[in-house]
Amino acid sequence: MSLRNIGIVYRKELIDSLRDRRTVISMVAVPLLLMPLLTIGAGVVLMQQVGRAMEEVPKVMILGGRDSPNLRAQLEHLKAVQIVPEKSDYAQEISNKQIRAAVDIPKDFDAKLAAGQPMTVKIYMYEGEIKSGFGADRLQKFFQQLRDRTVHNNLETRKLPETFVRPFDIREQNVAPPEKVGGAVLGGLVPYFVILLCLTGAMYPAMDLTAGEKERGTMETILCSPISRTHLVLGKFLMVLTASLATAVLSLISMAVSFGVGKKMLLDMVQGAADTALQITITGKAIISIFFIVLPLAVFFSAALLAISVFAKSFKEAQSYISPLMIVVVLPAVAAMLPGVEMNTALALVPVLNTSLICKEIITGTYHWKYIALIFMSSSIYAAIAIAIAVKLFQREDVLFRT
Amino acid sequence: MIEARNLVKQFRDKKRGMVCAVDHVSFSCRPGEIYGLLGANGAGKTTTLRILSTILTPTEGTAIVNGYDVTREPQKIRSCVGFLSTATALYGRLSAFEMVEYFGRLHGLDETTIRRRIDAIFERLEMNDFRDRRCDRLSTGMKQKVSIARTLVHDPAVMIFDEPTVGLDVMAARTIVGFIRECRDMGKTVIFSTHVMSEVEKLCDHIGIIHGGKLMAEGTLAGLRQRFNLQDLEDIFVTVVES
Repeated sequence: MSLRNIGIVYRKELIDSLRDRRTVISMVAVPLLLMPLLTIGAGVVLMQQVGRAMEEVPKVMILGGRDSPNLRAQLEHLKAVQIVPEKSDYAQEISNKQIRAAVDIPKDFDAKLAAGQPMTVKIYMYEGEIKSGFGADRLQKFFQQLRDRTVHNNLETRKLPETFVRPFDIREQNVAPPEKVGGAVLGGLVPYFVILLCLTGAMYPAMDLTAGEKERGTMETILCSPISRTHLVLGKFLMVLTASLATAVLSLISMAVSFGVGKKMLLDMVQGAADTALQITITGKAIISIFFIVLPLAVFFSAALLAISVFAKSFKEAQSYISPLMIVVVLPAVAAMLPGVEMNTALALVPVLNTSLICKEIITGTYHWKYIALIFMSSSIYAAIAIAIAVKLFQREDVLFRT
Repeated sequence: MIEARNLVKQFRDKKRGMVCAVDHVSFSCRPGEIYGLLGANGAGKTTTLRILSTILTPTEGTAIVNGYDVTREPQKIRSCVGFLSTATALYGRLSAFEMVEYFGRLHGLDETTIRRRIDAIFERLEMNDFRDRRCDRLSTGMKQKVSIARTLVHDPAVMIFDEPTVGLDVMAARTIVGFIRECRDMGKTVIFSTHVMSEVEKLCDHIGIIHGGKLMAEGTLAGLRQRFNLQDLEDIFVTVVES
């Protein structure tokens, strides 16, 4: 094994790749732009949308209730909503976003309320539409307050204590620290992007250094030099790994900075009343741990992509082999985000899914050293197998001169 | 010195099954000589030359190149062989200088020797005007010069040319032909494949006519003319192939 020869190939491939615009875009530009866009950009847009929806005074329609002037007067005096004249096609108007919600007042509401007779108030809204949700919420809040006041008055009239209708309270108490709550929400996303970018960072150089060389006719040029094919493939592999790790490292740094900046911006926007999701803190320890756990996976990706690409006759053919691989990688990475999927010994042996799951735990500050060691070892074994296959394929004439 | 001994190369083809691209080919070429391998497309020229330059391994037989066996010492052979063909392209994103320097390093030369050799080759081939220009921005003629410089940087004793003039214009082809002649004059062993009769007539000391993977006839141009009682090499070629 000549490190000098591997170094010569690596150095040349590095210079060559850094002069290639497409490699630089996938290796540097994508991680540096994607993370701020996803965190700050998406967060700001979301906050603005929510803010705008909250500021709007929703138009609501009262259906019926002409026999209950007391209730109607209270509703019409509400500042949180704007009452519009009643129409029969209220459902259509909600769907068309002309009004946000409608409330159906039961017949003789005032009288029945005074008599203590049962009745149901129906609120119509468009599920999933944020502004319609806010409109319905305001109506619901009004009716809840009215119900609470009525109960309170009834109890007072009968000289009964509040505990008569509410003998005890139930309260959930969270024991997880805020960063863990936030981590559980956002923690799944972080490894997903790091793993995905590790793959995409390696993808283009792997194809360019193998199938691309065949297509451009430089494969035969390099094969007639005295360098051994093992040294050649290892030099190329190191370059692909560099691209993969550079993408992962840049995305991690970019992510940490984006979270820091994004969190501050979003906290300012919501004036401190942040959701627990914003309490996420990515520590230096977590970033270093993620890097080391992702390292063997990056080796595995680089070698596997190299092996697949060298088999292809052209860049286009390599793309058609590698594109489905994206799905193979994305699926386990997404599976780790699903609630309830928890680390166990069997899952620690599943490539990609294991790394994704352990990264999610690391983000939330949980370090299961037994699993971390097992995942590092299993990923290293997969990586070694992939390198061996890539080296083997580079020795085969039928692969290198496939026509 | 090149000595091919009963070289056989078989490939498995999806449609045709087992194909014998080179079928028991034997010949030899001495230093200071040009051996021309003449054949139509698909005759087995490229496969033979790829075996001699150790890019491919023979299925049977062997070849001795500069004293080394292609089956046992391929890396030693690659250190003393310069291989040039239209299929050996350049790295477009490297400059002419970097391209030649890279191959100098791959041949194990030290930095001082590489620089000295590159300076001498670039001077002789008049390449200094474009030494720092990227290969993908060079004209065809300039690219050919870079390829020549790449094959010469380690001062090989054996030169193998596989249809080096295919697709080149007259001026670029003349550069190559002149370079091949220069290699012979420097005492190198030169083997050259082509299907252009005029190039063979102009350059080769020995000619081998290859067809269907078999070496059908071999000798000097004068010897072949006498044996087939024909003057025109094309007529000789057609007679050999049709026989």
